[in-house]
Formats: sequence, C-alpha cells, structure tokens
Amino acid sequence: MDDLILDFITETNESLEELDLDLVNLEKNPNDKDLLGKIFRLMHTIKGTCGFLSLPRLEKVAHHAENVLGRFRDGDLEVTAGYVTLIFESIDQIKYIVGEIEETGNEPEGSDAELIAKLDAAYEGKDVSGDANAVGESSSGSSPKSTTSQKKEGDEEKDIIVNIQEKSLAPGDATMEELEAAFASTPGMDGIVNPADIAKDEKEEVLEAPPPPPPKKKKGKKDKDAKPKKTPTKTLRVAVDVLEDLMTMVSELVLTRNQLLQIVRTQGDTEFTTPLQRLNHVVSELQEGVMATRMQPIGNAWSKLPRIIRDLSLELDKKIDLVMTGQDTELDRQVLELIQDPLTHMVRNSGDHGIEIPADRIAADKSETGTISLDAFHEGGHIIIRISDDGKGLPEDKIKAKILENGLATEDELEEMSSQQIQQFIFHAGLSTAEKVTAVSGRGVGMDVVRTNIEKIGGSIELKSTQGKGSTFTIKIPLTLAIVSALIVESEKERFAIPQLSVRELVMISDHGENQIEYIKGAPLFRLRDRLLPLVSLGSILGLSEKNAFDQVHELTRKQENSEAEQDPNDEDKTLEKNLETNKKATPHKNLYIVIAQVGGYDFGIIVDRVFDTEEIVVKPVAQMLKDLTLFSGNTILGDGSVIMILDPNGIANATGNIATSDDADTQQQKESLKADSERKTSLLLFKVGDNTPKAVPLSLVARLENIKSEDIEYSSGQMTVQYRGTLMPLVPFDSSIQIEEGGEKPVLVFADNDNSMGIVVDEIIDIIEEHIDIQLNTSQGGLLGSAIIDGHATDVVDIAYFLKSVDSTWFDDGSDTPFNSGDDDDDDDTDFKKRVLIVDDSPFFRNMLTPLLSTAGYNVTTLEKPADALKMCDDGVEFDIIISDIEMPDMDGFEFAQHVKQADSKWINTPLVALSSHATPEDIERGLKVGFNDYVAKFDRDTLLDTLARTLAAID
Amino acid sequence: MQNEATESTSSKDFLTITIADQTFGIPVLQVQDVLREQAVTRIPLAAPEVAGSLNLRGRIVTAIDVRRRLGLPDRNDDISSMSVVVEHKNELFSLIIDHVGDVLSLEDADFEKNPGTLEQAWRDISSGIYQLESNLLVVMDVSALLENINHIKK
Repeated sequence: MDDLILDFITETNESLEELDLDLVNLEKNPNDKDLLGKIFRLMHTIKGTCGFLSLPRLEKVAHHAENVLGRFRDGDLEVTAGYVTLIFESIDQIKYIVGEIEETGNEPEGSDAELIAKLDAAYEGKDVSGDANAVGESSSGSSPKSTTSQKKEGDEEKDIIVNIQEKSLAPGDATMEELEAAFASTPGMDGIVNPADIAKDEKEEVLEAPPPPPPKKKKGKKDKDAKPKKTPTKTLRVAVDVLEDLMTMVSELVLTRNQLLQIVRTQGDTEFTTPLQRLNHVVSELQEGVMATRMQPIGNAWSKLPRIIRDLSLELDKKIDLVMTGQDTELDRQVLELIQDPLTHMVRNSGDHGIEIPADRIAADKSETGTISLDAFHEGGHIIIRISDDGKGLPEDKIKAKILENGLATEDELEEMSSQQIQQFIFHAGLSTAEKVTAVSGRGVGMDVVRTNIEKIGGSIELKSTQGKGSTFTIKIPLTLAIVSALIVESEKERFAIPQLSVRELVMISDHGENQIEYIKGAPLFRLRDRLLPLVSLGSILGLSEKNAFDQVHELTRKQENSEAEQDPNDEDKTLEKNLETNKKATPHKNLYIVIAQVGGYDFGIIVDRVFDTEEIVVKPVAQMLKDLTLFSGNTILGDGSVIMILDPNGIANATGNIATSDDADTQQQKESLKADSERKTSLLLFKVGDNTPKAVPLSLVARLENIKSEDIEYSSGQMTVQYRGTLMPLVPFDSSIQIEEGGEKPVLVFADNDNSMGIVVDEIIDIIEEHIDIQLNTSQGGLLGSAIIDGHATDVVDIAYFLKSVDSTWFDDGSDTPFNSGDDDDDDDTDFKKRVLIVDDSPFFRNMLTPLLSTAGYNVTTLEKPADALKMCDDGVEFDIIISDIEMPDMDGFEFAQHVKQADSKWINTPLVALSSHATPEDIERGLKVGFNDYVAKFDRDTLLDTLARTLAAID
Repeated sequence: MQNEATESTSSKDFLTITIADQTFGIPVLQVQDVLREQAVTRIPLAAPEVAGSLNLRGRIVTAIDVRRRLGLPDRNDDISSMSVVVEHKNELFSLIIDHVGDVLSLEDADFEKNPGTLEQAWRDISSGIYQLESNLLVVMDVSALLENINHIKK
C-alpha cells in the first residue's frame, strides 16, 4: 500500500480514537463548540486528504458531514441529540471505510447515499430528518421519547422515515444490501445492535433507545483491541520534542566527555584513563544512535514529487519523467524539513518552466518526453542534491527583460554580463520568467526564497543552464546542524570558533614569507593564487583592537609617504610610529593567519592572530540580550570548559561591506568562472636541466617518463639511442650540460607519436602542476619558447617541436604527401610561396606551441589572441590562406567567430576555417561544421592538424 | 532561614550584597548560586554592562557587571569580585557585584517605597528600600535590571 495512505490511516485512526473519548462529552454537551470544532477539523482533514489520495467514497461522506458540522460550528444550527447521532453515524461510517482501506488497500464497494441524504437534510436545517431517523438515538441520553424530538416530528420527517424504511425494505437495491452487509461487518456496529438491516437498527434504537455512550465505549475498546492485531508495528511514534531533548542531552554529554578527555590528556596515564576510554566509546555510540533517530532518508522529502509531476504534466500537457536516485541518502530530520519545500518548489519549476511541451521538444530535436532527474549523495560531510532537467534552459532574453523591468540592472550593465551572471538573477526576489502565472509557479516568489532557505542552514546552491539543453541546480547542505566542527582561532587574546563548513583554507602571513597583505587606500587585500580577496581583521570588526599591528604598519607607511610629499610630518605620525615601535617590540616577528572563508559564492579572508585546533562543538543559542549581535551565530563550551563565541561567517561577510551582498557574491563567482575561462590551466611537467631555472613542458605532450641507465645507451650513426619497447628510440640531451655518468641514470621525457618516439634527457623531474601559462619573455634560444611565471618561479617553457625536429625532420610529415615538403626546402625568406595561416587562440601557450610547429611545417604563421582582432584584420583586407580558430574563448567563442567570418559580406568567406579545440565531441564537431568550419581538429593532434591543413588547402587549390 | 520565613508571614528573606559600599538585597528565592570571581569570556560588541559569558556546570551564563549597569565606576583591579547567579526568562545570569553578605529576614514593616530623590537609574532597578538598623537596603529588581540592558546598548 502507498506510504501516503498508510500514513493517512494511522493518523485518522489516531484522531478517531481520540474523538471516541470526546464524543461521550458531546452527548452531554451537544453544543460544545471546541469539540464540534475538533470533529469539524477531522472531517475537513479527511476530506482534504481523500481528495489527494483518490478515495472518493470516504471523501463524500466526510464532505457532507463537514458541511453539517460547519453549520453547527458557526452556530447556524443548534445541535440536538438527533444531530449528535447523525455525527456518530458519520464517524462510524468513516471508521468502517478507513478500516476496509487498511485491510484491503481499497475503499469498500457500496454507497453511502442514505447517510449522505440525512446529512444533506440536516444541512438544510431539516433537523427533524436527523431526529426522525435517528429519532430513537436522538433522545438517547435522556428519555427515549423526549419532548423535543417528538415536537420536531413533522409530516415531512415521517415521510423520510417511510422513505428510508421503504428503501431499506427493498432488498433488491443492491447498494443498500451492500451497505447493510458492510455495516454488519463493521466491528463497531456489532456493539450497537444485532447486524440486522439498518432500518431495523434504527427502529430498534427508536424503540429501545439504547444509550449511545456505552456502545461507543465498546467500540472504542474494540477498535483498540483490534488495532494491534491489524498492524503489528515495529516502529514507535515518538514525539519530536522527546528526540530533540535527547539530542540536546547527548550533545551536552559529548561536550562533557570532551572536557574529561582533555583533562586526562594533560594528566598523562591515570586510573581514569581506561574507564574514560570506555565512556568515550559509549558516548560516541550513543551520539550515533541518537543521531540515527534523527536521520531520515531523503526519499521521504521526495515521496510527493512523482505525484506532483504527474499532475503537473496533465495540467500543462507535457510529458515528464521523474528519475530519482539516491533516495536512501540519509540526513538530519531538521535539515530534511528545511529543504523539503525548496526542493518541491524547484522540481515544480523544472516541470513548469524547464520542460517544453512535446511539440516544442520534437521541434528542438529532443525526445517527446522530458526528464527531470533528482539525485542525492554524500560528499565529504555534505549532502549533494542535484535537480536537473533536459528542458529549454533558462530563457536569457526574458530574464534580461525582467531585470530591466525591475530595474535590477541597466542595459549597459547587462551588456557586460556573461550569460551565467544573467542566469544568477533568477535568485532575485520578484523575478519569475514563466509567461503565465499558473497555479504551479510563476508568482515570482521562489528561487530567492529557495536560496535564502538553503543558505540559512549553511548550504549553498549553484546553477548551470544551457539554453536549449536544460538546467542543473546543485544544492549542497550539511548533514546535521546539531554538532558541527569548528576551527578555533584567536584574536587579541580572545578565542573564537568559526564553523569549519565555511572555512576553505588557512594562510600564514609572516614578516619574511612570500604571502603578504597588500593595501589599497587602507583596505587590506590578499592575493590568493592570483585572486584578490578582501580581508577583514577579526580584531577590528569585533572592536577588540582599534587597529591591528599590520593596520598600523600600513597607516604609518602611508603617512610617511604623505609626509614625505608634504615635507611636513606631524605629531600624529609620531604617535603612530611610537605605537608601531611598541608593537614591534611586543611582537618582534608577528605571524598572522588568514582564514579564507566562503559564504555563498563570496570568498574573503579573516585575519586572526593564531589558529588552534578544530573541535566538535554543539551550537547553543546566545542569551536573548545578545541576539542582535549578528557577528555571532551562537556560543558553546569547549573541551577545556571555557565558553567561546561562535562567529557567523555570514555576519562577517556582511561586515566586510557592500561587497558581501548576494548580488556581488554572484559577480564574484562569475568573475571566478570567467577567470577560470580565460586563464585555462594547463598541466605542466616541470623539470630541471643544468642551471636552476625550471623548465616546463605541457604534460599532454609527454607520453611517458623513464629512467634510462647509462649502460643502456647506444649510438647509432652518431645519434644517441636506446632500445625502447622493441624499437630504437633516439635520445636528445636537453642541452650540452647533461652528462650521463658511467653507471648513473637520467630521467627521460618520452614523446611518442604513432610509431615514432624520442626521448629528451634531463637532469631532474620536479613536479607536475596545473598552471596557466602566460609567456612573458620570448627568447631566441633554440628549444625554448620563452619564460613564464609558473608556480611562483620564472620558468622556461620548452619548445618541443624544436627537439622533435632535431631528431627527425620527418617527424611531422607523417610520411604523407603533404605539399609542404617543398615549403621546407624553400628558403625562409621565400614567403610568397608559403601558405599564410592565421591562428586565433586566447591561450598564449597554444599560440606559442603552434607557431613553431606550423612554421616548421612550412607555413607563414600569424597569431591573434582575440577573434575580434581577427575580424578587424578581415575588414582591413588582410588575406590568409587558412584560418585556425580555437573554440573556447572569452568574449567571442569560435562558433561565433566562424559565423562572422562566413557572413555573406565577409572578405574571408572563401577562406577555409579549421576549428581547434580541446573538446571534440561529435556534437561540437557537428555544430562547428554547421557554423562554417571546414574541419574540426583536437588540440593536441599534430598529425591530424597538419594533415587537415594540407587537405583543406589542397581542396581549395 | 526558610523556616523563619514561613513562621513570620510578614517578613521576606533577602540575600544582601554590597556594591560600592551600598547594600542591596536580592529576594533569596531568586538566587541560584553564589560564585567567587570567575574567568569570563568577553563578548565583543555587546553592551558595556555585559561582562562576558561563563560556564556554570555545563550551562552558559551571561555575566552582567552590575556596577556598570548602575552607572558606577569600575572596581579597582585589586579587589576581587563575587557573583550572584539568577535565572531570568529561562536564561542564567551572573550578576557581578563586590561582595555577598548574609541572608536577612526583613520585616514588611521596615519596607518603604523608593524615595523620589533616588536617581532614575537606581529607581528603575529598585523595588523599594528596607530600613536596617545601621544602614539602608535597596531591594534589587532583578528582572528590571536585566530587562533594560537591551535598550541601553550603544
């Protein structure tokens, strides 16, 4: 049976049981508003839930009962004993139906027409109807023939009785029969009277007027007795409060244990050590156990989603598949509750905004059915939830329009934004791009709330969307909120805890170290791997120190500069100087630490004096009177028993100034990704030869690294060679300084290409690093492309082509019939015959790599960094025989470039265009060909490139 | 003491404390603990009256410097302080004062309302005055004392 139905039954049964007790009171106090309200609410809940669960019969009964109860509650109808019976009847019927559902999973066959008729009659104020049928019961508690009921008995009611009796007397009426049978089988009914037909029941009741209360009690008992038999439960419903309390106490226990452990640690081996170790284990297990009671599979939060998607697809005429993986991933109840709504909202959004209608999908060459996938998994103390769809992606134009409409940015600003940046705006309040406001979504309150909610629990949300391909949201949330790991830091002799979750890394600043804090107009900044991070001094923002030592140092230098300029040193400087002196004396070599923290997508550094350990802490709320200190999220007791304030990275981020607003966080993130784009990193192999200048070569060009022993080296026709994998491999010493001692060995970089391979002998392999190469100094020295700063050192970037050529000039020819052998033979100044190649690539490395390669192959090479420059050349009438263009470039990518080049009025419309990319998926290639590229070559594929150039040019000729 | 209190219905028990030579009384039933000088953790940016927080048997207690609350000069460093721990709205507070004296059972007859000449800051936290033989005892209204800290915060 459906989990939802099970839940519903459990809940309904519980409420009904509760009601059983109250009903007795209703008997005595028919107009008890509270009680009527309670029954009303129950009916209402049942009705509502039934509609959701598709239980029409139950829904009907509840609906009609609710109507009547509504009138009682509002005081429109006075509750008479007759009505009380009617209410009982309705409740009994509901119990019966619920019981059936519990047993069979389905509603029993049959109709409740009679009951509903009575309820409707009652609703219309024909109180008698209730009385009349129920007459007997009505008088119930008091005398069987109470005056009231008798008075109310009019002709009409009599008719109804007759009517009903007729009905019930007509056994041919199938529904009636079934109803009777049903009633008979109801356990509850046994208690009332013999299982004869209902009319008889009523008659008998009329006559005998058995007081309903006793049967009710019996029923109650029966139900209770029966229940354990029906659903033998292995689970126990425990109030959340109890669990929460338990958790709190365990947290305290953990803290106390930490404290004890710390004491014992300092005392060395004592008699407490062993029992404490046991205590330690028990507490750990207890903690795990209690945490486990709070853990719930994330599937619980997803259980309603299939239904929502189903309804959504019907409503919107879309075909949507919902694929869920990782339902079993467990996370803390509290966290689960907090993300449930955001998740539901986002899945709905994907269905509503993301997935297109089938016709559009087919038009877009996609399968008719859209897919929304939901994925959850653990990753390093976090839960990652991913919601992706293969729909149309975020409509950038509409977002732009909305941004302008809401005045969130100007047109100029939008111009400069990347599409990622624009997409981020959906997290802004009041930005819904759904064309129509549907019941489902589009009210413009959504993603901003989602984001706020997720960030509230220390999580983050990321968005990736490709127009036409779909969107992916990635949510990262902590496993639990109860116990967190925190980094303990010190500033101005005070200790503070920073939740580890937001700490990205730690940097030490020493007087003579490489890392230094820099200033722009007094604002401290730090360069972290070429990224500029704003810094805040913890001491300053907490008001612990007017100025930290480094602030003073800085201020002094600034003042000195000023005063030098003005030639007018004033007293203030002296005081400062004095301060500085004292500071220097007090802390002769003061080391500072920067805690690099991340809030949302915003990175910043917090300057602290010292960094201690990390500790597991239990976040306790601060006292009420300290609540408005936004820099703290709580406080806790450390293992040593002292109280420590927990810093709130969000608050600190805000304290760093306006840079911390969420928009700017986005911008920051964007900048980062932009940066990543433009400074694409290359894996480099660093090695040393002779002098200490490191040399670098792209790792992708190196096939293998080997150590070659001196005795293995042979000479064949003057060429140093080695037998390598069954062939002779030529070896080239990197330069003449390489000496291979007798019996020694040297590392060799092996370059392989089809059947060819060669080795370059070097002195020492240093490292492999990821770095962006920007060749700053060009060199005329053979074998080197130039120098670049790599890993903080000036490094020579090696021109592999030079070495390859030195071994075998046919290396690049590949034995094929390239027409450029002739070019090779030609003198270099004979440029007229050389084919002119234009290389457009944003990466200087590849430009530098390709230039010698193509020059060697006999081309006249021109390189450009930006497609825009190339287009300018085009307009200026510069001519090339062939153009090679990178695909991934900032500002204008290769596809766009190609479109421009192939425009009808372009001067280069007939110039062949070859795409060069590190990504060469079939889709890319197809797209490339579509926009006008003649061919598509992978970046490291020298042979194919040369071959392609040859073929393409040959075709043109 | 408790017995005395029950015997004579017309008297109340007070823990006497001194701050800058002035005697105060705190209703004894409100007092949870009396502490010697404790190391407190400073809470940056909090109101000046908030001296910090400390760990009292696993509960975090906010320490309030009553001298500052009353607008009195800070005590000299060489004089050690004492604290009275009270509970207010389910939170514990440690009131840092100069000295804790005896528990006195005071007759209702000796109780007087605040004199009009009393400084406003004191009137706010005092619920009345008891006349003792040698001196006067100001009854400290702990709720008022703690309640208004929020509002004075800079």
